Amino acid sequence: MRHIISLLMENEAGALSRVAGLFSARGYNIESLTVAPTEDETLSRMTIVTRGSDDVIEQITKQLNKLIDVVKVVDLSEAGHLERELMLVKVRAEGELREEMKRMSDIFRGRIVDVTEKTYIIELTGPGHKLDAFLEALDKGAILETVRTGASGIGRGDRILKI
Amino acid sequence: MELTGAEIVVRCLAEEGVEFVFGYPGGAVLNIYDEVFKQDKFKHVLVRHEQAAVHAADGYARATGRTGVALVTSGPGATNAVTGIATAYMDSIPLVVISGQVPTAVIGMDAFQEVDMVGITRPCVKHNFLVKDVKDIAETLKKAFYIASTGRPGPVVVDIPKDVTQLKTEFAYPKKVTMRSYNPVIKGHTGQIKRAAQMILEAKRPMIYTGGGVVLSNAAEELTRFTRLLGFPLTSTLMGLGGYPGSDPQFTGMLGMHGTYEANMAMQHCDVLIAIGARFDDRVIGNPEHFFQEGRRIIHIDIDPASIAKRVKVDVPIVGNVKDVLAEMTKLILASKETPDPAALKTWWTQIELWRSRDCMKYDRNSDLIKPQYVVEKMHEVTRGEAYVTSDVGQHQMWAAQYYKFDQPRRWINSGGLGTMGFGLPAAMGVQFAHPDAAVACITGEGSIQMNIQELATCKQFNLPLKIILLNNRYLGMVRQWQEFFYGNRYAESYMDALPDFAKLAESYGHVGMKIEKPEDVEGALKEAFGPELKERLVFMNFITDRTENVCPMIPAGKGLSEMILV
Ligand SMILES: Cc1ncc(C[n+]2csc(CCOP(=O)(O)OP(=O)(O)O)c2C)c(N)n1
Repeated sequence: MRHIISLLMENEAGALSRVAGLFSARGYNIESLTVAPTEDETLSRMTIVTRGSDDVIEQITKQLNKLIDVVKVVDLSEAGHLERELMLVKVRAEGELREEMKRMSDIFRGRIVDVTEKTYIIELTGPGHKLDAFLEALDKGAILETVRTGASGIGRGDRILKI
Repeated sequence: MELTGAEIVVRCLAEEGVEFVFGYPGGAVLNIYDEVFKQDKFKHVLVRHEQAAVHAADGYARATGRTGVALVTSGPGATNAVTGIATAYMDSIPLVVISGQVPTAVIGMDAFQEVDMVGITRPCVKHNFLVKDVKDIAETLKKAFYIASTGRPGPVVVDIPKDVTQLKTEFAYPKKVTMRSYNPVIKGHTGQIKRAAQMILEAKRPMIYTGGGVVLSNAAEELTRFTRLLGFPLTSTLMGLGGYPGSDPQFTGMLGMHGTYEANMAMQHCDVLIAIGARFDDRVIGNPEHFFQEGRRIIHIDIDPASIAKRVKVDVPIVGNVKDVLAEMTKLILASKETPDPAALKTWWTQIELWRSRDCMKYDRNSDLIKPQYVVEKMHEVTRGEAYVTSDVGQHQMWAAQYYKFDQPRRWINSGGLGTMGFGLPAAMGVQFAHPDAAVACITGEGSIQMNIQELATCKQFNLPLKIILLNNRYLGMVRQWQEFFYGNRYAESYMDALPDFAKLAESYGHVGMKIEKPEDVEGALKEAFGPELKERLVFMNFITDRTENVCPMIPAGKGLSEMILV
């Protein structure tokens, strides 16, 4: 099962490598991992998307909690949460494609953020499956380059991850 | 007053009440060594290899329960220490290892003797630090000792660049630390403890399974009271030996790959299993699928939540310090009007006695060759079971565990988790420093002892009267045994040729050497070595043993507890 785990950790040199090292040393899989400081600059917040049986996910959260730099861990997928990812796609925008790409971007509520004679860069945010769907919908030959941030997640309503 | 970083390091160690620092100097730690020279609060022990420094600190920690301290230089000094650190990590031993680092300005430049110590040790420490500012040294060391010794203990590395030891700042050692990200649980959940107590009272075929956590949390007394009160059978892992008296009839012996038949059968067939400070590792329960038993309920007490439900599903998990949880559970059981069904318990004991009557630890007592088991048994007799015994890794380690009946905790000191050959001798040094008047023995093999034999010089320098019991089978015996059982007798590289004359070798280091070749000489030699005449001397006893002897019984790797090979 796919899980999205969110954690707060001390914003210290090496903290990220402890988490990444834990996943590789114990053979857990990482689909994506994002990290940045929070409004409290002594803390970083990380979102990890992983897959595993319930037993494996239980071990992952326990092992994460065991890291000395980690302050709090929640498995967001246990209850209501939002998940967003940002993608930038550089596409061909010549001839027929110029109109076609604009139209696709509009349908998916993307924004064209860079324009040259031959290319557009389209910015798109949303849950990962929406970004996947956008890429699927495009003509493969039109895609020049893509970059994605990986998912960020947050609990809905009263679910607050803070110390 | 402002102090240099090096002065601060030394002052912090003194503030922590450190008695011994095991170490080896080098460029990056010269400032620290200069301060070590000027102080008299702790003793520095110069070893002959950094691996030995860490094992010695580890032996000291295991024998006392206090945090061991090692000091090594950057680069090769640091990498030599890594095996020792990983050894301590696997067995949850509290250590603080201070390593020198190249100056901050050249970190990352592939400077002379630079290694990324924090990176290298990350997977085998409880935590580690690189101290980049002299102002952080005191607080970092305080945290290091706190982290190493609390919760599930473990080694902490503090890497200090050379320039940081030179710079000056005001020194104040923090009285205490609090860390928002680290708050180990001590007391168990009361509701869970109640549930466990109820399950225990209803048990018909109970079994207590204990591990190193009992020793680490100093819970031997609580465990003994709990077990005697209930009259339940008990088994222990390799790491837990001595947590409950080994000569007590309720003790069914060690379990696991080389455990007793009765302990393994009772583990498999009990209806309530009480796991205490143990982690169901692969050398203990074998394959978790074979271990599974319909209808058996499991209570698991451990300070580390990640150890619970890692390899087997449990019915009542209790996260907490074993000592506190056992005390609370005993109180509940004493207060209860119920007691476990005496008739059922009697039937269960009858079954266990039946298993026990297979006498799975028997060996040939009439052999013309020295049987290694006999040496350990005799040694137990001669030392009245009171020695501190360290071991290396291999067959001799298992025989030591099986035949030396440890009645007290912290007497049996071995590398269980990592299985590090070369651990025994330096660990014994640490033990002897902690207990200068005690009998300290190292049971070893001719393969293992050669992995840190240089420490005989350290023993001479510090007059450590260790007794080294070499069970010399001219083989890497444990490897040879696996090759005999599972590789069609193809003994690939498991022989030991060109052995030194160990007695002479020991003598050349200034110690007493003995060679014992006949069974009838074993007892006399041991009595002499442990006797008053040689009390002040290190005695190296080279026992030429039956080279074909195997450790029995045995559960082949990947099999279940009821699939033992018996003799
Ligand atoms: C550092 C290290 N290298 C290799 C091994 C693998 N190993 C486990 S037991 C063993 C043989 C040990 O031989 P010896 O010390 O002579 O003891 P014996 O088994 O003969 O009693 C070996 C090589 C190990 N445990 N540690």
